[in-house]
Amino acid sequence: MACRAITIGRANTGIIAAVFVVVVILGPLLAVFWRAGGGAWLVSSDMAAIRFTIWQALLSALISVGLAIPVARALARRKFRGRAVLITLLGAPFILPVIVAVLGLLAVFGRSGILAALLSKFGLPPISIYGLQGVVIAHVFFNLPLATRIILQGWQAIPAERFRLAEMLGFGPREIARTLEYPMLRGALPGAFLIIFAICLSSFAVALTLGGGPRATTIELAIYQAFRFDFDLARAAVLASVQIALVAVVAVLALRVTTGDGMGAGLDRVVHRWDVNTVSSKVLDSAVLLLSTVFLLLPLTMIVLNGIAGLGMMPTAIWAALGRSILVALAATSLTVVLGLAMATASRERGWIDSIGLLGVTVSPMVIGTGLFLLINPWVRPTDVALVVTILVNAVMALPFMLRILTPACRAVETDYGRLADSLGLAGWARLRWLILPRIRRALGFGAGLTAALSMGDLGVVMLFADSENATLPLQMYRLMGAYQMQAAAGAGLVLLMASLLLFWGFDRGGRRDADA
Amino acid sequence: MEFFHTCHLCRNLEDAMKALTLAAGLLIATNVVAETPVLTIYTYDSFVSDWGPGPLVEKAFEAQCGCDLQFVATGDGASLLARLLLEGDRSEADVVLGLDTNLTATAAKSGLFSPHSVSADYSLPIAWDDPVFVPYDWGYFAFVHNATLAAPTDFRALAASDLKVVIQDPRSSTPGLGLLMWVKAAYGDDAPEIWSALSDNILTVTKGWSEAYGLFLSGEADMVLSYTTSPAYHLIAEEDAGKSAALFTEGHYLQVEVAAKLKSAKHPDLADAFLQFMVSDAFQDIIPTTNWMYPAVTTQQGLPDGFSTLIQPESALLLSSDAAANIRDEALQEWLAALSQ
Amino acid sequence: MLTLENLELRQDGFALTADITLENRDIVAVIGPSGAGKSTLLNIVAGFTSPDAGKVIWDGVDITANRPAKRPIAMLFQDNNLFGHLTVGQNVALGVRPDMRLNSAQKDRVEQALKRVGLADMGARKPAQLSGGQQSRVALARVLVQRKPLMLLDEPFAALGPALRHEMLDLVAELAGEIGATVLLVSHDPADARRIAKRTILVAQGMAYPPQDTADLLDNPPEALAAYLGT
Repeated sequence: MACRAITIGRANTGIIAAVFVVVVILGPLLAVFWRAGGGAWLVSSDMAAIRFTIWQALLSALISVGLAIPVARALARRKFRGRAVLITLLGAPFILPVIVAVLGLLAVFGRSGILAALLSKFGLPPISIYGLQGVVIAHVFFNLPLATRIILQGWQAIPAERFRLAEMLGFGPREIARTLEYPMLRGALPGAFLIIFAICLSSFAVALTLGGGPRATTIELAIYQAFRFDFDLARAAVLASVQIALVAVVAVLALRVTTGDGMGAGLDRVVHRWDVNTVSSKVLDSAVLLLSTVFLLLPLTMIVLNGIAGLGMMPTAIWAALGRSILVALAATSLTVVLGLAMATASRERGWIDSIGLLGVTVSPMVIGTGLFLLINPWVRPTDVALVVTILVNAVMALPFMLRILTPACRAVETDYGRLADSLGLAGWARLRWLILPRIRRALGFGAGLTAALSMGDLGVVMLFADSENATLPLQMYRLMGAYQMQAAAGAGLVLLMASLLLFWGFDRGGRRDADA
Repeated sequence: MEFFHTCHLCRNLEDAMKALTLAAGLLIATNVVAETPVLTIYTYDSFVSDWGPGPLVEKAFEAQCGCDLQFVATGDGASLLARLLLEGDRSEADVVLGLDTNLTATAAKSGLFSPHSVSADYSLPIAWDDPVFVPYDWGYFAFVHNATLAAPTDFRALAASDLKVVIQDPRSSTPGLGLLMWVKAAYGDDAPEIWSALSDNILTVTKGWSEAYGLFLSGEADMVLSYTTSPAYHLIAEEDAGKSAALFTEGHYLQVEVAAKLKSAKHPDLADAFLQFMVSDAFQDIIPTTNWMYPAVTTQQGLPDGFSTLIQPESALLLSSDAAANIRDEALQEWLAALSQ
Repeated sequence: MLTLENLELRQDGFALTADITLENRDIVAVIGPSGAGKSTLLNIVAGFTSPDAGKVIWDGVDITANRPAKRPIAMLFQDNNLFGHLTVGQNVALGVRPDMRLNSAQKDRVEQALKRVGLADMGARKPAQLSGGQQSRVALARVLVQRKPLMLLDEPFAALGPALRHEMLDLVAELAGEIGATVLLVSHDPADARRIAKRTILVAQGMAYPPQDTADLLDNPPEALAAYLGT
């Protein structure tokens, strides 16, 4: 049964939302092309940047997804105290501002980090993080949690009855893997790979800093160069188009092999399994969980420790910035919820709507910022609409994640109740209000939490729109760093981390509270 | 039939939207009521931050101009220029403040600026006679290190050492570009050789100054590309004498920060008044301990105490803005080639 | 009067044809082997499946192109007949107005319907708090308030025990009588058919046969039915 799109009057809101997203993303790109008077040839260093970008994004996505499989499996089949808290905390790296995360990683893997200190105790030389390995480690740090959540969802979507049946038939781990787990992974992995590949494609500061220098030049840095070193808008726009095209190609490839859905919200259920009580599998799962927890939480712990020392040095301006950031996050979340609902409910009838949503992670923040500036500047002072633009861009950039979460949930509702609702004539607002919203509120809560947390940390487009009197918390943190106040900035980073996690937790919790779906 | 308990989420979102609309409304309203002439100055972001010179400068100038000074901040110097080029002669700006000599050639070529009428007795280490751009502060680039380190005394010694340095990418950062020019000015055609020799000393390259300095302070690197004035911050603001700048015998490259009046300025007289104010004591005394640079004019009050402890380069290197513009691309290619090995 | 005129459906090796007329107030059972197309037949009538050819005609009006909600039907499925997140009262109220803005007279109708199926005062409960039989009664209460002239039942009581199922079938017959509705009832148990349906449609070998007298059909089953009944 097709997922019925929500319609208001005669208009299909899914299509309206998709068109809105296209206009917000491609409109600015076109504006840049228009202003540049056309495209331009790429230079040889751009080609090198494209090659490196693809290579690091492929590696990062493959390794993130590969490592996420055992982590998700362990989380799916083990019940232990603090499991829910762990799942929430593991999501934290994903929502960290880049520079905060990099400093946290370096506190562990850097030249004077914990790992180096440990190695020297045993008389071993330090391992350098700078290079391709650094880029990949950082990207895995950011994206392993995301991949884990997507795959974990797949595991938990395998009905408990299947495992019962497998046990009845005397299946061992190998047979279970072949008949139950492999088909599920085939459905879940391409989607996970695709979204992480897309995220890593527009990486810039992480790749440069941990990549150890210009060897690690990504497309986004080439865009930076074109924009502000060569003042060559045409090249910037062409490079941004290359970025989108790359994701489009990978999206087509990934969708070809995809059979299932992406991530969802119901993560607290542990399916009872009979095949997992062997000592070796317990040891394996424990080791996997321990290692991944240490890898993800140790840098976070360092961020917290450094931040605590800086809390007392923070200027009061931080609190106003925090308030503004929360307001931005909430507004961006509302917008993403509206767009996400409209598009998720329509995506079954029109598959392309889902791919439109992916645009948000593919587009260069630099180019979208410049394009929006070109579009807005003739009419309004860009500074006056700085927060509105930030909200808009944050919302569109978080949309792909929202869609990954909402689409399967909406699909499940339609599968279970679509025909009954149709036969009762439950359509439009009534269907949304009485059927879809109440039944997807867990997914909606999770998606809203993720969006809110992501928009707290985002710095996407502030550069041309920066408003000195209305700085958001990430901007204020960067200003502190720019004014030598690294300790205070670390404190602000901690506040940012906590606020993001709290927002995430609040929405996620709100979605679950007395949910009886 | 109670349903609403299942939709707290929607209502919370609704409230947030309402608050936002209200905030946006207030924002727009405040711009309507302004009656006094508004002098709009484009500058870079860190100038206007709460701990930068911006707030004090605004207060001081408004006390004498009978006007409303509004700063509009955009990233750093290079993005500031990019913005001006995007806006062309429709720009709202009366004055732009925060370009440096690596950018002034491109800026001058745009034809967007008009000559100034400022005269001042500059304390720059070089002679200044640019007809368009007025300097307001300057500094020497330098490698900053912990005072306990036996620092190298030139680039060759640095290259020969095991020391690790963090620098900034010239494509995304002003100091990064400054270093490019520094090596080029000091070594000319030998610059590629210097960069090759340095490549194993360069721990990593960052997007901007903040990231690099953050890495240095967290102990990742022995030295970081910054300014000779950086130790003054630690000394004055943190009472920490533990940081020094390495004195290089080749001389140190200068960064001169400048401001200029736009041709399209709506208040050209106010703009002229501001540029003149900029080289007065009231402005210049704010600079050392907020922008942590040398003021462009020696003031009555003189430099703060901590500044006397700073290293004094024997020679100041500075390529003319035209020369800088001409060798930029070549220098970048040399840098990329040497460090991409 | 419901007429299925030269209906044809073909998909992936499955085929179904039907040319059938039902009189008003008929209660007709639909039986046949698994996979023969009993549910498909109901889905075509309800509008969830579009036929490749032929028409669905109600009282002389061609409704083949109508959406399910725009047809004169009330349908109960094998499962998921109630929304678990809504109360019993809300589930019934959906049958009156999908947007649930009921006036007091309409609210009264919901109360009356619940009383009629023996669930007075249960309106505030959630379906999960009810037994299987009570859940079926809620669904029937909704059918009652829907007041549609055509009731389609796709084995909604299959999970209930025999006694409870018979009770429900009797209730269906009573309610259909009260509304004056025509009923199409899919069942895999001949006893169900004998209990309330005077006439029965056999679906077998890609065809839905016109209704025949239930007793005749079951007593002298054609070959395809005999194999299914195991007689």
